[in-house]
Formats: sequence, structure tokens, C-alpha cells
Amino acid sequence: MISFNGASFAYDDNIVLNAINFDIEEGAYLSIVGENGSGKSTLIKGLLGLQKPIKGKITISETVKIDDIGYMPQTNAVQKDFPASVYEVVLSGRLNKLGIRPFYSKKDKENALSNMEFLNILDIKNSCFRELSGGQQQRALLARALCAAHKLLVLDEPSSGLDPLACDNLYQALKDINLKQKIAIIMVSHDINRAVESADYILHLQNKQLFFGRTADYLKSDIGKFFTIRGNR
Amino acid sequence: MIELLSEMFSYTFLVRAVIVGFLVSICASLLGVSLVLKRYSMIGDGLSHVGFGSLAIASALNLAPLAVSIPVVVGAAFILLRISENSKIKGDASIALMSTSAMAIGVLVISMTSGLTMDVCNYMFGSILAMSESDVYLSVVLSIIVLILFIVFYNKIFAVTFDENFSRATGVQAGVYNMLIALLTAVTIVLGMRMMGALLISSLIIFPSLTSMRLCKTFKSVIICSSFVSVICFFIGIIISYLYAAPTGATIVGVNIIVFCAFSIAATIKRRRILPQRRIL
Repeated sequence: MISFNGASFAYDDNIVLNAINFDIEEGAYLSIVGENGSGKSTLIKGLLGLQKPIKGKITISETVKIDDIGYMPQTNAVQKDFPASVYEVVLSGRLNKLGIRPFYSKKDKENALSNMEFLNILDIKNSCFRELSGGQQQRALLARALCAAHKLLVLDEPSSGLDPLACDNLYQALKDINLKQKIAIIMVSHDINRAVESADYILHLQNKQLFFGRTADYLKSDIGKFFTIRGNR
Repeated sequence: MIELLSEMFSYTFLVRAVIVGFLVSICASLLGVSLVLKRYSMIGDGLSHVGFGSLAIASALNLAPLAVSIPVVVGAAFILLRISENSKIKGDASIALMSTSAMAIGVLVISMTSGLTMDVCNYMFGSILAMSESDVYLSVVLSIIVLILFIVFYNKIFAVTFDENFSRATGVQAGVYNMLIALLTAVTIVLGMRMMGALLISSLIIFPSLTSMRLCKTFKSVIICSSFVSVICFFIGIIISYLYAAPTGATIVGVNIIVFCAFSIAATIKRRRILPQRRIL
């Protein structure tokens, strides 16, 4: 579904990612791991077309259109004091279905509500986004991403700042999305143990590709052993 | 009260001022919500200074002021957006750079031609006498267009304001909507500048949205509340300025300050009331 062929990325001539090669099929669950500054977020930006590779190329199969992709970015500063209800935020995920229509249809609203039900946030529908807990905010943003996603969901460190329980709930929700709705997931995570538990594939980055393959193979590899054991400690 | 209003509206220039002011207040308050949330509040201020420069040049060359200023300010809005997105001069610095340059050019042009006349003073501090009949028609048409465009693109403006990266990633042309917001802002500022003055027009953009954000919790309610706040402040301001012969722009800003303080106090009281209950729970 998606393949990277020798894609490299740079900011102002500093190469942050060199020669990335991998491809994944539809419905896969890929976790991208690596330390801070290893180029994980850059890879996501490249995948979404927000950052152009300086060489190599990224191909997305023709069956996946840009409006089949849902994205859950890290929360930004603007959202911390943004007056918006949870419903308004989730519904805005349907924006790419609007085209030239100015207003949301009944179908858009039903879809938003059903995604909120799926993630258990229907009861806080009218609450103000900025007054929610971190876990609830992440759920609202995930519901928004689901409104946009049909085939692929891209997440950038969704569990950062969550307590362990909220984190478990989030990973469970992602697993459900992947299995029940057959949506492929590509997720950046620095929680390597949880990533290994749930993903089918692991991509380990350190400004270059240290490992790409099935999770089971990753756990057997030297680098996988080294990082998962260190993470456990 | 009714006597006062009928007396006021017997003056044609006041009727004109009220019509244009009413429409501009609504436009400014709607766009203001998005600008404040996007951290673009200073764009309004920067553009009004550019507007001052272009009005000065227009009056020096004896050209129609609005017809010259609108394209110039729209152009400046595009450049400001481009600069703040792409270059290494960050948004606020580039705005300061542009607004002071435009102001300086305006002052130079004025001093070389007419000198500091009443006209120039009006551009800076505003005057309700400044509106000619053709200005009124143009202002009404343009502000209705701004309102319609805002309503049509409401959902898109919300999404782009809340999270630009998400919108871009899911295939929405965020850049186009940023441009639209800048364009509408530019038009609104030029229209309101004659009455409010170049130095005060950006308050129409910033105050109502900040005021309503004290109390409102959803984007839609903030939008609706700020347009009401804006219009009410405008009317109270213009009545006071008529009664006491006070400068219109400054009076309207004064009313806005009072309402902002009232909303802030109300928000604090509301929070105090909720907090003890939470503690019991």
C-alpha cells in the first residue's frame, strides 16, 4: 500500500533521515520507534506529503486517496486554549469529505457521532475541548482522525503525556480499529514495549533505518533485544 | 432615548456611519476569532498601518482612497502570510517591519505634499464624517461579500484554525483558506479604518473575540457572542460619542474595554462558584 524507496529528508542541508526503504500492505499495523530526534516525526511528515524528500521517492498505491487518510498529530499550543466543543472538533475530521459543499450533511454528523460512540466519548460531546483531561483530548483527536480515515490512520506519539491506564485504553482502541475496521495503522511511539506488543511491523529509526520487519523478527534481532530489554529496565 | 435616536438619524452622515460601522463590526468580530486563535492578532494592526500609508499616497495623488487602499492592503496581507510561513524572519517581526515601513512612507508622503492636515488626522484617529456616499455603497457591498464568504467557509475556517497540519494531511488546501482569511481581514480593515482610524481599527478585531472567549466554550458560541458584543459596543460607543462629542473610534474602544473587563470578572466568579463544588465531589 505504501512504499518508501531510498527516501531521504533534510532540514537546511542537515540530513535527518537517510535512505529509508520499506513497504507495508493494506491493513497492516506498523510502529515506528527510535529515540528523540531520530527522524520519526519527519518520516510521518514525508508520508503525509507535508515534507518533500530530497532524494528517493514515496509511493502510495492508487487505491488510497488522500481523503482516505486520517492523521492524529501531537497536540499543539493553539489547542490548549481553543474554545471548541468535542463534537465540533470530531466533526471537523469530516472536512475532507465536504469538497465544495459548505456545510456538513446528516451523514457526516452520524459518522462523527458513531466514531465518538466507538471511542466512548459520546457523554462528553458538548464539553469544552480545552477543559478535558489528556486522555479525553487524545480520544477526541483520535475520533476526529477516524472520521477522515478509511484505509490508513497515521499517529504521531498518541500516548505522550497519558497515565498508564489511559495509555492502555488508547492502545486497545487502536487494536480494535485495526482489526474491526480494517484500517492500516502507522504510529510513531517512544514507548517501545507497548509498540512491540501491538504492532505487526516495527521500523526502528536512528536518522537511518536500523530495522524494518515483522515484530517477531525484531524481538529476535540484536537491536530489538537491546532496545526492548533496556526499555524494560 | 427614542428622541435621541431620531435626532441622531436625522443627520445623513451619522446614518452612513452607523450602516458601515454595523457591518464592519460584524465582519471584524467574526474574522477576529480566527485571527486571535491563530496567533495572528498583530496582522490586523500591521495591515491598518499599511492602509494608512496607502491612504496618504492616494490623497497626495488625488485618487479615490478606498479604491487605492483595498488592493494595496490585500497585497500586503498576502505578503505577510507568505513571509510568516516561509522565511526566517518570524511572523511578529515581519509584521512590525512592514507596519512601521508603511507608516514611515505615509508620513513622508504627507509631509512632502499637504502637511499634517485635518484629513491626515482623520486617517489616524478616525472620523464619522469621512464617509462619502460612494464609500458607503462600496463598503456595504464589500462587507456583505465578506459575511457571505465567512458563512460559506465557516467549517473550513474552523478546521484550519484548530489544526492546520491535520487539515493539510487529510487533503484540505489549508493555504488557500489562510489566504482567504487574510484577504477578508484586509478588506474589513480598510473599510473600518476611516471611521475607527488606523491606530484603533485592530481593536475591533481583537476585543470582541477575546471578550467572548472569557465565557463561551464552543467555537460557534464564541463566533455568535463576539458579533453581538461587537455590534452592541459599536452602538453604545457611537451614541456616547454623539452625546459628548467624543472621538468615535476611541469611544468604541473604551466601551469594548469595559465589556471585556465585565466578562473577565464574570468568568472569574463563575470559576469560583464551580470550584468549591468540585472539591466536595
